[in-house]
Amino acid sequence: MTTQPSLLIEELAFAYPDGNQALFGVNLRIERGERVALLGPNGAGKTTLVMHMNGIHPAEHGKVSVAGEVIDTTDKDLLRRIRGKVGVVFQDPDDQLFMPTVGEDVAFGPYNMGIRGAELDKAVDDALALVHMSEFKDRPPHHLSFGQRRRVAVATVLAMKPEILVLDEPSSNLDPAGRRELAEILRSLDVTIVMVTHDLPYAFELCERAVILSGGVIVADGKTGDILKDQALLAQHRLELPVGFSL
Amino acid sequence: MKIIAVLAFIVVSVATPITRWQAFIAYFAAIIAVSLIAKIPTLTLFTRALIEIPFIFFAILMPFFGTGERFEVGPLNLYRESLLAAAGIVVKGTLGVLSAVVLSTSTTARELLRGLEKLHLPKLMVQIAAFMLRYVNVINDEMERMKVARESRGFIATGIKDWKVIATAASALFIRSYERGERVHLAMLSRGYTGVLPHDVSEGATLRTWAQGLALPIFAALILLITTVIG
Repeated sequence: MTTQPSLLIEELAFAYPDGNQALFGVNLRIERGERVALLGPNGAGKTTLVMHMNGIHPAEHGKVSVAGEVIDTTDKDLLRRIRGKVGVVFQDPDDQLFMPTVGEDVAFGPYNMGIRGAELDKAVDDALALVHMSEFKDRPPHHLSFGQRRRVAVATVLAMKPEILVLDEPSSNLDPAGRRELAEILRSLDVTIVMVTHDLPYAFELCERAVILSGGVIVADGKTGDILKDQALLAQHRLELPVGFSL
Repeated sequence: MKIIAVLAFIVVSVATPITRWQAFIAYFAAIIAVSLIAKIPTLTLFTRALIEIPFIFFAILMPFFGTGERFEVGPLNLYRESLLAAAGIVVKGTLGVLSAVVLSTSTTARELLRGLEKLHLPKLMVQIAAFMLRYVNVINDEMERMKVARESRGFIATGIKDWKVIATAASALFIRSYERGERVHLAMLSRGYTGVLPHDVSEGATLRTWAQGLALPIFAALILLITTVIG
């Protein structure tokens, strides 16, 4: 075991080409096996931060390292390795599932990593088994329910055996049973998880640690329970617990 | 494989001069036989073939306008040359459409794409077709939702004055689809996309399937040969 953190972000700043600055020096260190909730209001820069974690956006200022490797978006081989290590599950499963069948979609990631043949089949089967979707392997994604598509989206990323699983709003649009099923699956996985959300109860349920990103900087970092108890802090950053929910 | 067979069949039937009408009867019989073997209900076959109607519409008008030898059928005054040409278009068109319908009904869209890929159609074109296949449902749903949302606010399309609203909705849909395309591309990059889509290695067509598949066009070619010799 190395002592390298899974994810290390140092002084990361980023502005979009139109001049709109989204990140103003983010520092974040996430250890292997941690489950961290990344909280923040709409427009806080959460998605922008996620795009830096796997090198979709190049770091303009500061650096991002994954398991000790600094991301350099000009190095294609490194980039491919990084994308194998950081699995991003996007908010809309329809954006993520683009192949004609579930099985082929799950195979897409490992295929790009250069895995072929029986090994590829095994990666697909294993990932689908992890999210309890094995029997849907040959079905086209548009025939599945939303919750099932979300689970398949998680499988597409798990098939790449990532070091970090990044989930963008994993609980959005899920019904209560779908939420619970997804939570059980996520808890059963042995990976580092970064969960971007403003579903605070869900964050509390799944993550021991939470950070609040607001205005392009990390404004709070601590135990999820402690952060969610701090009403003033939450209110300051446009976060609220649902009515009737208290810790 | 099937794609080649259908193309070959169409080429043969188009190459047959329209005056050899016996050949065309045989072609039609062959198509029907194939569709029966493929267990396609004849009704489905013909309703799907209806899409050719707009295309043959002008062909039907042709005999009324033309030059050369004329003859009368009841009250109609027709030109022989154009009648033949029109008949050629209608009959050959119908044959082509019927064979294409047999192909598309007996083959899933995915197999078709595989087939095109094997025929070395440019990869990019096959990929675009595959994506279209995947997202046509998503965009259709989106369109339906927009329609419901419009109507829930009391909009009912009645005539030309409402086209502006519909055009706006269409452009919104276009932009949304474009943005979705961007997001899909990001999602693909996130999983290490480099320009090739994975596909299973499916076994090549065996001699037997070749023989089965080519039976139809070969039969058609034989008919052409025989009618040419006899006629």
